[in-house]
Amino acid sequence: MTPQDIELIRQHPDFIQLVRRKQKLYWSLSLIMLVIYFGFVLLVAFSPATLGQSLNGGVTSVGMLVGVVMVLLAFALTGFYVYRANHVIDPLNDKLKQECAR
Amino acid sequence: MSRLLALFLLPLAVVTDLAVAAEGTSRPLNWNAIGMFLVFVLFTLGVTRWAALRTRSASDFYTAGGGMSGFQNGLAIAGDMISAASFLGISAMMFLNGYDGLLYALGVLAGWPIILFLIAERLRNLGKYTFADVVSYRLEQTPVRLTSAFGTLTVALMYLVAQMVGAGKLIELLFGIDYLYAVMLVGVLMVFYVTFGGMLATTWVQIIKAVMLLFGTSFMAFMVLRHFGFSTEAMFAGATAVHAKGTAIMAPGGLLSNPIDAISLGLGMMFGTAGLPHILMRFFTVSDAKEARKSVFYATGFIGYFYLLLIVVGFGAIVMVGTEPSYRDASGAIIGGGNMVAVHLAQAVGGNLFLGFISAVAFATILAVVAGLALSGASAVSHDLYACVIRKGQASEQQEMRMSRIATLCIGVLAIILGLLFESQNIAFLSGLVLAIAASVNFPVLFLSMYWKGLTTRGAVMGSLMGLVSAIVLLVLSPAVWVNVMHHDKALFPYSNPALFSMSLAFFSAWLFSVTDSSPRAALERGRYLAQFIRSMTGIGASGASNH
Repeated sequence: MTPQDIELIRQHPDFIQLVRRKQKLYWSLSLIMLVIYFGFVLLVAFSPATLGQSLNGGVTSVGMLVGVVMVLLAFALTGFYVYRANHVIDPLNDKLKQECAR
Repeated sequence: MSRLLALFLLPLAVVTDLAVAAEGTSRPLNWNAIGMFLVFVLFTLGVTRWAALRTRSASDFYTAGGGMSGFQNGLAIAGDMISAASFLGISAMMFLNGYDGLLYALGVLAGWPIILFLIAERLRNLGKYTFADVVSYRLEQTPVRLTSAFGTLTVALMYLVAQMVGAGKLIELLFGIDYLYAVMLVGVLMVFYVTFGGMLATTWVQIIKAVMLLFGTSFMAFMVLRHFGFSTEAMFAGATAVHAKGTAIMAPGGLLSNPIDAISLGLGMMFGTAGLPHILMRFFTVSDAKEARKSVFYATGFIGYFYLLLIVVGFGAIVMVGTEPSYRDASGAIIGGGNMVAVHLAQAVGGNLFLGFISAVAFATILAVVAGLALSGASAVSHDLYACVIRKGQASEQQEMRMSRIATLCIGVLAIILGLLFESQNIAFLSGLVLAIAASVNFPVLFLSMYWKGLTTRGAVMGSLMGLVSAIVLLVLSPAVWVNVMHHDKALFPYSNPALFSMSLAFFSAWLFSVTDSSPRAALERGRYLAQFIRSMTGIGASGASNH
């Protein structure tokens, strides 16, 4: 890329929108994952009894459910990201690439 | 504290346990397992031959020509994470302590969404063969490549030694083969896969193994659930009824009870994965950022599914292995050590044939992981050191590939020698060191190079070095080495994982030495960030798949 190309892309409205959307997507999802995981770690450190409670009167504990939910959440968050990236970010990116190629 | 340590050192705890178990008991050759393993080896050698015919260029060798699909790469990444250590080690943790075993699994899994959101796509858009390509994108080649290659080799070699020793002990126990032959066999096969088949063979070996392990574990979990009438409540009730700790196994039990240690361990596991060179290298085997994205999605799914199965395997084993006297020796200990519970469970649910299958899978798992490690180490030597630093980019592809094959051979020989040297050493601290080093040396600099305009060559080099030195020093002063290996009374550094401190120091040093860098070179490097940012965001100019 020449310096002119770089300047052209930098000021391109599609690029500005792409960057804004993409950053919003990955920073917010990263934050959610970090809060979930380190929230869980701190819960384990400070209040293990909470996780040890019986879920519904049986032997299965709240913690066991939380563990399974964390696995599912991690998968769901990656799925959500891939869906958004494929359906919102990529079309914008392709459009930008086409316009810059011209 | 000691239990936290045990968990942190889990992958290698397998090794030490087996070492103890293997002593004095010469086990008969396990022909079922050997037969099935031979089938696996013959099949993968066939794959290697097929791959060798397709490995012509450097791009083929390092990245399988960038032609893997997201799904295939996802399976291969999952294969790298669901190793023999996690299969045997996590199920053993659950067998012993119940819920605490799950905490380890969650730590590894939680790193993957972060890798997807922050690392995967930019890495693919900016790099070609190694993660040093990305770090040195707008910085001075020689110093950055040198430190990155050093970081890669440190992590790959330490990991290799840990795996080789673990493999030797495990194979000795499962197959009845001598430690010496076991280590040689692993080393020779590893070199064979990599030198002839390159990344294509290495990836397919990993995929085949991942499918075998997922299938085997699914079968075990299904049989356990069937035993309990497909009721997890009945399974947990059965487990708490017979376990010495009773219902305490359903809750966190003292592990991660110190918040500093808990966060440090969490950081190390989360970001250590994002700094492992053989994992990062996998992102260059797909054609573009979109496939890289998909591969993490599939990988997270497979890894998560595998850990959910391990809950069933671990708790099921408490009942189906723990209460069965034939799996215990005269003193009441589990035959072969605590880490053998998953293997015993395989026998309990599927008989001797399935036991042989699971043993063969465990062996295959080690082979697949060491092949990836050897390839990443070799690429650091041939691509970063030889082609970019020594030959300044003037080497032909043929020369570079020849160098990478020589490097693979050297790494293989070195791994065998180190594996034999460390046979009876207490090297449990090594695996802890690997993740902590990866999180402190590779991750901060990689992250900053992609996200922070201000990073300069000086900052990158100092960040890596400070991360490396502080991680090693703190680990030597920690209980794992200072007390357990060097037999001092009290550890000088009270926490078992240095990641929180060494990673912060690496970030801080990279920042400090960058902002105080007022050289003209630094100004140029900052000026090149915009072009890098555009390419990382859009993929314009990114290296694509090679055509065949």
